[in-house]
Amino acid sequence: MTAALLTIENLNVSYRGRGHSAHILDGVDLEIGHGQSVGLVGESGSGKSTVAFALLGLLADNAEVSADHAAFDGRTQDFAKRETASLRGTDIAMIFQDPMTALNPMFSIGTQLVDIQRRRFPKESRKALWARAQAVLADVGVQDAAARMHRYPHEFSGGMRQRVVIAMALLVEPKLLIADEPTTALDATIEAQVVEVLHRLRQRTSASMLVVSHSMGLIAELCDSVVVMYAGTVVESGKVADVLHRPRHPYTRALLACEIDPFAAFDPSQDLATIPGTVPDPSRRPQGCIFAGRCPARHDRCSEKPPQQQAGDGRTYACWLEAA
Amino acid sequence: MRSASFQIHLASKLATALLAVAGSVVLLLALTRFIPGDPATVILGSRATPEAVAALNARIGLDKPLIEQAFAFFGRLFSGDLGEDVFNGRPVLSLVLGALPNTAALAISAMLTAIVLGVPLALVSARWPGGKIDRLVAFLSVGFISTPSFVVSVFLLMVFSVTLRWFPVLGAGESGDLGDQLWHLVLPTAALAAGWVGYIARLLRSSLLEVLSESHIRTLRAYGVSEAKILMKYALKPAVLPTVAVLGMGFGELLGGAVFAEVIFNRPGLGSLIYDAIRTRNYPVVQGGVFVIVLLYVLTNLIADLSQSLIDPRERARLVSGRGAVT
Amino acid sequence: MTALVDLSRRPGGTFALFAVALLCLVAIAAPLIAPYGPNAIAPANRLMDPSLQHWLGTDHLGRDILSRLIFGARVALGISLSVIAISLTAGVILGIASALSPRAVDLAIVGIFDVVTSFPSIILALALVAVFGPGLGNVVLLVSIVFIPHFGRVARAQTIAIRNSPFIEAEKVLGAQSWRVILHHVTPNIIGPIFVLACMDIPVVITIEAGLSFLGLGVRPPLASWGNLLNDGYTYLDQSPWLATFSGLSLILATLGFALLGEALRDTIDPKLRRTL
Repeated sequence: MTAALLTIENLNVSYRGRGHSAHILDGVDLEIGHGQSVGLVGESGSGKSTVAFALLGLLADNAEVSADHAAFDGRTQDFAKRETASLRGTDIAMIFQDPMTALNPMFSIGTQLVDIQRRRFPKESRKALWARAQAVLADVGVQDAAARMHRYPHEFSGGMRQRVVIAMALLVEPKLLIADEPTTALDATIEAQVVEVLHRLRQRTSASMLVVSHSMGLIAELCDSVVVMYAGTVVESGKVADVLHRPRHPYTRALLACEIDPFAAFDPSQDLATIPGTVPDPSRRPQGCIFAGRCPARHDRCSEKPPQQQAGDGRTYACWLEAA
Repeated sequence: MRSASFQIHLASKLATALLAVAGSVVLLLALTRFIPGDPATVILGSRATPEAVAALNARIGLDKPLIEQAFAFFGRLFSGDLGEDVFNGRPVLSLVLGALPNTAALAISAMLTAIVLGVPLALVSARWPGGKIDRLVAFLSVGFISTPSFVVSVFLLMVFSVTLRWFPVLGAGESGDLGDQLWHLVLPTAALAAGWVGYIARLLRSSLLEVLSESHIRTLRAYGVSEAKILMKYALKPAVLPTVAVLGMGFGELLGGAVFAEVIFNRPGLGSLIYDAIRTRNYPVVQGGVFVIVLLYVLTNLIADLSQSLIDPRERARLVSGRGAVT
Repeated sequence: MTALVDLSRRPGGTFALFAVALLCLVAIAAPLIAPYGPNAIAPANRLMDPSLQHWLGTDHLGRDILSRLIFGARVALGISLSVIAISLTAGVILGIASALSPRAVDLAIVGIFDVVTSFPSIILALALVAVFGPGLGNVVLLVSIVFIPHFGRVARAQTIAIRNSPFIEAEKVLGAQSWRVILHHVTPNIIGPIFVLACMDIPVVITIEAGLSFLGLGVRPPLASWGNLLNDGYTYLDQSPWLATFSGLSLILATLGFALLGEALRDTIDPKLRRTL
């Protein structure tokens, strides 16, 4: 196997405020192979979007970012110096969460689609970039793309705007495509259409993908492997099928229990499963296992930090239970 | 843009503006009734004959109800009659029209100066918020905003005309000599523009910072669009909207401020016309002059309001379709 | 006290507190600290430069500039506080009454506010003074008219917001007299914004009063208004720069101090007001 497209070891992010600091990411490891699609799953507040933003150097100025080792496409990257910012819009592209606010209301779709290509294709004429944008827009399923290029975001429906946002990512022909909650802000029916577009994309492009979502279902549909995050740490990772069918970490199990199984018979007597308790305050993280406070299988050893266990076939998890 | 609904929008804005103008005329006319003593006698002087007083009363309409007087005012206005100077009988309209270009030149040059200086200051401040330049601009703009323009005028006159003798002290310059007129315009313009530079810089800076924190800007950053382009194109256009509305109001305030600049620098203009008329109790001239300023004030507010709608594509769509934007 | 500490921590906050405190102190203690009477004429000493006898020099009638400036603080603060008190009272009453009145009355009052604000404020003040004539009393009353809509609009908007809120409906159902209920709830809600607005309007009132006096249409000489002093300084600018300089600086100190204080108060009392005020 050749070297991965992206490797990050021990990624840490913390925010420094006046007199206090909050640790958002604690020792996250991530590897994405060429052409591979990786899902990043967790509750809100798990730090999954922070990983994506840190990758592009898009975190606020008071964020402190560090990693033991990071490399993109064979080149070492220094996260502390935000070197990855130079990959924006050329090697890495991002599909944003909320298509309602991700586009500038004052400029036509065409203008925005042209300007985001400028860094990737510095020498192309505006006319050529416009033509590319129009073609890609048609490709992601926007009808009458030629006329639509001159329209403003408010003239598009939510689903159509999300297609525009996806078109942006495709236009720069990135090596890595990050999708941050690509369907969360959409209606169920439109969500299905957008997933379909992403699916087609996945089959056609050779780019690697990082899908950030709270939904195991979406990740199962789009990804080869999955990284489960909880409160800024990776609790489990491995091939989607393995993690989905044989979750090792209690948190993964709880997360899967919260998903609605679309094929299960509707049973009104059965409440929707929830995980009791809340994510720990990032400014006061517990010493031992981060999930211990909410874990149904907690025992004495959990007051110590669990190691990353290897379970073969690229599978890792951080829990004392299975180690025993 | 040419659809019926746009015309309706325009008509309703115009109607509101006209009501404000009409209301202010009624107020102006009502005020003349409060002139202590018999207005006509005050206007004409104590040696006026009773016939002259009666004639003036009939002419101004002081013997009629206020509303009738207001209609008469507008009726005469449409035939270009704004009353007469009580001393020499010259038509007020021609006095006002003669003075207007000087005042308009002053107000426009002050507004342009304020924009030309204020916008770059706002851009620099918003690009590096909290930086040295930002803090300096914040400090200076509060200072300039709160300093009365007539104090600035007197100080400029003292330093640059009396002490340094770089600029002429008085007047508006030789008519026909554009260079001389511009030279005379420099100090009054600076005095009037000073506060507005600070105002525009602060207002635009804060709306720029607000826009820069929105997620569509993050999208552009994620694609490596240059900070300069983000600031000058994608953030500036939405941020300009609230500033445009304030500029409409500002123009009217500048017309008011022009009174001081014109009196201090001894420039002929609408402000000094009104000032002289007040001192000589030349009421028709005061009335006509104030009316024209109110008219311009309402008009510039209207223009600002409409241009705001034309800049924003969402508003534009609403104007064209006559309903809320489809979301 | 904590509010004062917060204020002084803001940029310009210390300066604002210092300037406003100094002005109030000087205005109150004017007869005690002024070295000369404000109107003590000494033609022999006219247009003197600053010296040990006259720290800031003398004007064209030989009057001590420092003493006139000190008494000028009285005029500036006295007039501006009176104007604010009158327009605040009238505005709040009109605003609340407007919100609680039948629609026709409400529209009429709002219409009057609109007409008054369709004049640039200094132009309206000039037009009013042109009719009623200059003088201390007239200036206070006429300038008050200009500011009534400021307070009226805030009071009206707040009252309407309260009037439509569910808890008022509930109390009305319980049989309480509606205007009493509303006043009881409105008062605490408008005090904050009205207070901030009052503070932010003070420098504007000072500017308008000084402006009118500068034009000879405000307070009548020999009463020492900073506007009158600036005008005297302007008239003798080619002979002596001191009066114009110091009266101008006094005006800047007062307007800047109150403006910074108003902003600081706005941000301390209610940051949300930043959008509306």
